[in-house]
Amino acid sequence: MTYILIFISAVFVNNIVLSQFLGICPFLGVSKKIDTALGMSAAVAFVMTIATVFTYIIQEYVLEPFNIGFLQTITFILIIAALVQMVEIILKKVSPPLYQALGVFLPLITTNCAILGVAILVIQKDFNLLQSVVFAISTAVGFGLALILFAGIREQLSMVKLPKGMEGTPISLLTAGLLAMAFMGFAGIVK
Amino acid sequence: MNKNSNLKVFLNGFIKENPIFVLVLGMCPTLATTSSAENGLGMGLATTFVLFGSNVVVSLIKSIIPDKVRIPSYIVIIATFVTVVEMVMQAFVPALYESLGLFIPLIVVNCIVLGRAEAFASKNSVLKSSLDGLGMGLGFAFGLTLLGSMREILGTGKVFGLTLFPDKYGMLIFVLAPGAFIALGYLIAVMNKFKKV
Repeated sequence: MTYILIFISAVFVNNIVLSQFLGICPFLGVSKKIDTALGMSAAVAFVMTIATVFTYIIQEYVLEPFNIGFLQTITFILIIAALVQMVEIILKKVSPPLYQALGVFLPLITTNCAILGVAILVIQKDFNLLQSVVFAISTAVGFGLALILFAGIREQLSMVKLPKGMEGTPISLLTAGLLAMAFMGFAGIVK
Repeated sequence: MNKNSNLKVFLNGFIKENPIFVLVLGMCPTLATTSSAENGLGMGLATTFVLFGSNVVVSLIKSIIPDKVRIPSYIVIIATFVTVVEMVMQAFVPALYESLGLFIPLIVVNCIVLGRAEAFASKNSVLKSSLDGLGMGLGFAFGLTLLGSMREILGTGKVFGLTLFPDKYGMLIFVLAPGAFIALGYLIAVMNKFKKV
C-alpha cells in the first residue's frame, strides 16, 4: 500500500516538473517533438533509478558511518556525472539514431536537477532502499508524463499564429502553467 | 578603453544577456524559489557567490585542467562552493535555509554556473571572469527578486513584509506552482516586446 501511495503521489500529486519545479530545462528544451520527448524520458528514467540506488548506498554505508554528511552534494554529483557518461557511451553503441536525436541534451542530464533532487529527496524523506527505488521510478514516470503531454501540446501549438512577443519561451511557459493548474486538480488524492 | 570593456563585461550579464530573461537558463530555482521576494533575493545572492567563486577558480586553473576532464573538474569546483554556501547559510540564516531547502544543494546543477564556467571563465582572464560572474549573478538575483516581488504582490498583497493591500484580494494562484510559470511567461513576453522595439 505504501508503494502505491508513493507512486500516485510522485506521478500526479507532487509531479516533479509541474509542482516541484525540478528538471525544467529539459522540460522546455526537448519538448518540441514527441519522439525526442520519449527518448529523453527514457534516458532520465534509466539514469534516475540507477543514480538513486548508488547514492542511497553511498549515503548509508559511506557518508553516514564516517560522519561526513556535508560531502553529500559533491559525492552525489560525481556519481551522477559518471553514470551519465556511461549511459552516453552505451547509447552511442546501441542506438545511434537516438543518440543523434538527444544530442546535446544527454550530457545535460548531469545538470538535470531532477536527478540530484530525487537522490537528495530520498535521503530527506528517510525512505528505505526499496521505497527509494519505487520513488525514483515513479518520479521518472511523472517526468515522462509531463514531458510527453507538453510535447504533444507544443506540436499543435507550433501551427498557431502568435503575437510577436509571445513566441518561443513565453508561450511555452504559459502552456506549462495551464498544465500545472490541471495537475493541481490531483491535490488531495494522497495526504 | 580597457576599463570600458571591463564595465561592458559586468553589465552584459545584467541586461543584454540576462540569464533569466534572455538566456532562459537556470529555470528550476527561478520558478521554485520565487514564491516571495525575500526567498528570490536570498537564492539570487547565494547563486551569485557560487558563480563568482567558481568563475575565479576556473579561470585561475584553466591551463592546468586537461581538456578531456574539464567538465567534471568544473563540477567539483562548483560543488565545493555550493557546500560552503550551504554551511554558511545553515549557520547564519537558518530560516532562509529552511525555506529554500532542497534548492541550495541544487545550485550545483544550475545551468548558468556551469555554462559560464565553460563559455566564459575557461577562455578569459581572472579579472574579466570575476566581473562576468558578479554581473551574471547579480542579473540573476535581480530577475529572481523581480519575479518574486511580482508573485508576492499579486498573490498576497505584500512585498518584503510591507502590506500593499489586504490578503483577501490576493490571487493565491500566483504563489502556487502554476502562477510561477504564468508570471514568468508574461514577464519574458514583456521583455521581448521592449527588445524588439
